[in-house]
Amino acid sequence: MDSDHNPVTPLPEAPGVTGTNGGVTVDRADRMVIRFAGDSGDGMQLAGNRFTDAAAIFGNDLATLPTFPAEIRAPAGTLPGVSSFQLQIADWDILTPGDRPGVLVAMNPAALKVHLQDLREDGILLINEEAFDERNLHKAGFETNPLDDGTLDGFDVHRVPMETLTKAAVKGSGVSGRAVLRSKNFLALGLLLWMFGRDTKVTADWVRKKFGRIEPVMNANLAALKAGYNYGITTESFARQIEVRPAALPPGTYTNVNGNAALSWGLIAASQLSGLPLFYASYPITPASEILHELVRHRNFGVKTFQAEDEIAAAGAALGAAFAGSLAVTGTSGPGLSLKGETISLAMITEMPMIIVDVQRGGPSTGLPTKPEQSDLFLAVWGRHGESPLPVIAASSPSDAFEVAIEAARIAVKYMTPVILLSDGYIATGSEPWRLPDIASLPHLEVPFATGPNAGDQFLPYLRDLRTMARSWAIPGMPGLEHRIGGLEKEEGTGNVSYDPANHQLMTDIRAWKVANIANDIPEVEVDDPDGADLLVLSWGSTYSAVRAGVGNARRKGAKVAYARVRYLSPLPPNMTTVLSSYEQVLIPEMNNGQLSRMVKAEFARPVISYSKVEGVPFQFGEISAKIMEIAGR
Amino acid sequence: MSYTRVDFQTDQEVRWCPGCGDYTILAAVQNFFAGLDIKRENVVFVSGIGCAARFPYYMNTYGMHAIHGRAPAIATGVAVANPALSVWVVGGDGDFLSIGGNHLIHALRRNIDMTLLLFNNQIYGLTKGQYSPTSETGKTTKSSPAGSIDYPFNPISLALGAEATFVARTLDMDRNHTTAMLKAAHAHRGSALIEIYQNCNVFNDKAFIQLTGKSERHANRIDLVHGQPIVFGANKEKAVVWDGGRAAIVDRASVSPSQIIVHDAHAEDASAAFALSRLAHGPYGPTPLGIFRDVYRPVYDDALQDAVTRSTAARGSGDLGKLVTSLGTWTVE
Ligand SMILES: Cc1ncc(C[n+]2csc(CCOP(=O)(O)OP(=O)(O)O)c2C)c(N)n1
Ligand code: SF4
Ligand SMILES: [Mg+2]
Repeated sequence: MDSDHNPVTPLPEAPGVTGTNGGVTVDRADRMVIRFAGDSGDGMQLAGNRFTDAAAIFGNDLATLPTFPAEIRAPAGTLPGVSSFQLQIADWDILTPGDRPGVLVAMNPAALKVHLQDLREDGILLINEEAFDERNLHKAGFETNPLDDGTLDGFDVHRVPMETLTKAAVKGSGVSGRAVLRSKNFLALGLLLWMFGRDTKVTADWVRKKFGRIEPVMNANLAALKAGYNYGITTESFARQIEVRPAALPPGTYTNVNGNAALSWGLIAASQLSGLPLFYASYPITPASEILHELVRHRNFGVKTFQAEDEIAAAGAALGAAFAGSLAVTGTSGPGLSLKGETISLAMITEMPMIIVDVQRGGPSTGLPTKPEQSDLFLAVWGRHGESPLPVIAASSPSDAFEVAIEAARIAVKYMTPVILLSDGYIATGSEPWRLPDIASLPHLEVPFATGPNAGDQFLPYLRDLRTMARSWAIPGMPGLEHRIGGLEKEEGTGNVSYDPANHQLMTDIRAWKVANIANDIPEVEVDDPDGADLLVLSWGSTYSAVRAGVGNARRKGAKVAYARVRYLSPLPPNMTTVLSSYEQVLIPEMNNGQLSRMVKAEFARPVISYSKVEGVPFQFGEISAKIMEIAGR
Repeated sequence: MSYTRVDFQTDQEVRWCPGCGDYTILAAVQNFFAGLDIKRENVVFVSGIGCAARFPYYMNTYGMHAIHGRAPAIATGVAVANPALSVWVVGGDGDFLSIGGNHLIHALRRNIDMTLLLFNNQIYGLTKGQYSPTSETGKTTKSSPAGSIDYPFNPISLALGAEATFVARTLDMDRNHTTAMLKAAHAHRGSALIEIYQNCNVFNDKAFIQLTGKSERHANRIDLVHGQPIVFGANKEKAVVWDGGRAAIVDRASVSPSQIIVHDAHAEDASAAFALSRLAHGPYGPTPLGIFRDVYRPVYDDALQDAVTRSTAARGSGDLGKLVTSLGTWTVE
């Protein structure tokens, strides 16, 4: 059986045990993929997030994949208006939100049309049957009603009169008119919670907290939630519950976090660890905006956020804040990174620490703004005028973004350089349980502040620490350290403007060397190769989960395959040469047209099999393991 | 501690063309700083690119010579990160009004605490003489051999339209006036824009002759002084009055003294200042100089700092342990 189990933890006991619970059959499953799908106005993201929280607190391992339409209000009932939220819950260590759902909630015909093809053959369908009227069927492009024409034969179909039930439930709550039906996502959620044997407490507590100030809405949602749950108990057609037990995750305290939040918290942590106040400048852009939204809520950490007039201004303001002594960060997505390029080069030549976050999305141009892609790698590594190398580092999962943010800050400050941090839409909006680190043991970040004159009674801004080649950071307000920096070439040491040919060569070389030398200050690539394989699979960024799971699945099918994750894209870790030369074949799956593959080919002269996918959806682990099996000739 | 002009000079050779108006502005600024009660280490000059933008290299303060047009954005970061600093921004007409126009207007509307010195020579100096967004229509330059077809900005009107709280105009050739404007701008908390008519003797010589020439200037300088009736001319024989909704120049003798506009730089409403800015669309005839507008509005950097201080007072200093558990946790034994 295919499984996206994490290959480093032991396999769970065999699933599929069946028992009973007061007349209701209880199927025990080791994991289940659930997908909520409906119109953008149906509240599917909310329902999905609430179910996720309930599952997380119950102790399941999980991974999520929200999918949004690009339009805020696509016409109701149409295919482009469908919004969905997928999650996988498991009683063991899983890596991905799963490939094909076992349970699909379809709130209207369009949602069914878009998602039915993915449902497992033995899948369960929860259908909001009252939405299947002629108009909606027509909008979704159904000639006949799929509820009656045999389309759904073979699935375990539950037609639920969700609208009638919701209306009845919320009566007396104070909500009236069209607003009544807004609670139907809670009805669906309540029913699903029953199906999985969860109580409604976690969700009800959340509803009270969230809607406490608007009592009628709170009451309506609570009533719908309860009605959905009770419908499960009392309706005979629901004779089956699914039990997914808590996962045996490593001991610790966990929270469920998405990538944008984890990244924001990592930046705050870096600010605390370095003692530098955090300054975050950004111009709103999907899927990076939530970082701005998150950080603005934490001003009591000394965080200053600045919503700039455009991305150029955001990068500029960050650079100015860096000059003034802040931990300066600017966040954006691909189109914004293009705009920031000139400023990043200025930060590079002035050797100012700064972090540029790129939450990648489908491109070019506006492309697929709500979908993930990894196609800005070249832009990050090479996309500036002049000789402008800088460190590039990528987060590989939602929780990993926390650590990567701290690491980006460490490198930026220690080496006095801008650093690009790559995330993507999958990491940004997806969530997973995160075993919380011991805050007290996070590393202190050393800051190379200038404290006084460094050349007799003078301060020379471009004198360097010969270990890191970093210049020191003199901050306005420090008497005696007044100095000027700028975009014109500097004379080494003094920092005075210099047009001297040999000096430009020297400075270009020093800047390149400084960045290249960071390779000696980052962890080596760790290879997981239990069987002495000939094939190595490399992942970077968010392909981590699918590749890791795909490798595990292929191994269980008998393939010998090694795996490594590349977190540092520039400079690449020092042992890359040794690692790459130890394998006959190297496979690099990427959500782009083979950008890391080309970098590896160019830098190490090694043949690489590029497996690229630019469909706006993450790789499925099954695709990766199939590719591995194909290469292995099995 | 008190400074002299030398304390604000650097060891860098000043590289403007001999005779360039930038020299006189630099001298005026250095002298002005020498007379201030301010610590040199708390001063930051930020500039873009252009001849004017070389300025920070010659000021012995903290400074950044940045990239074309972006100085107001970069300076915003400096000012917001540390509101205690005295932030100055220098740029040419191309820098501030063309490539950097967007950043300029947004800095002004936010009222970031900084002083912006717009060196308006009505030409692109550094790139050797193309027309700029303040060049007059019809101007013959390298990039407009048959005369420019661009219509120019009126920088004062633009700044007022961008909700600036302090807007003034001065001349490189008039050191005392320049100093007075610097002083008022420095005293203003919030964004202060000073348009400085600056002669580029290489690519646009005598552009401001109507205001600087011995024989022309008396007829053309309209000095705006807060609280004073607006009269000008060699013998103060001209006056500015309301004519319908606009300000108009008339013979002083033709109106009663009560009809003459008394300049109110502190008027809450910017309409009068705007009307005055429309008296001239360039330095080609009678042109107002001085402070058009000087009003108080809350300052962005202060407001943001306040928000941080208040949040910290209300919630206590941030606790990382609490932050990462704020979405709820569960424990695996
Ligand atoms: C991105 C970018 N585009 C173009 C230039 C070329 N450039 C440098 S200065 C300048 C115009 C300068 O005019 P202005 O701002 O009026 O300053 P002045 O030299 O007249 O003082 C231009 C177009 C540049 N440095 N950067
Ligand atoms: S080109 Fe014009 S503005 Fe530039 S330095 Fe020479 S005279 Fe001054
Ligand atoms: Mg100019």
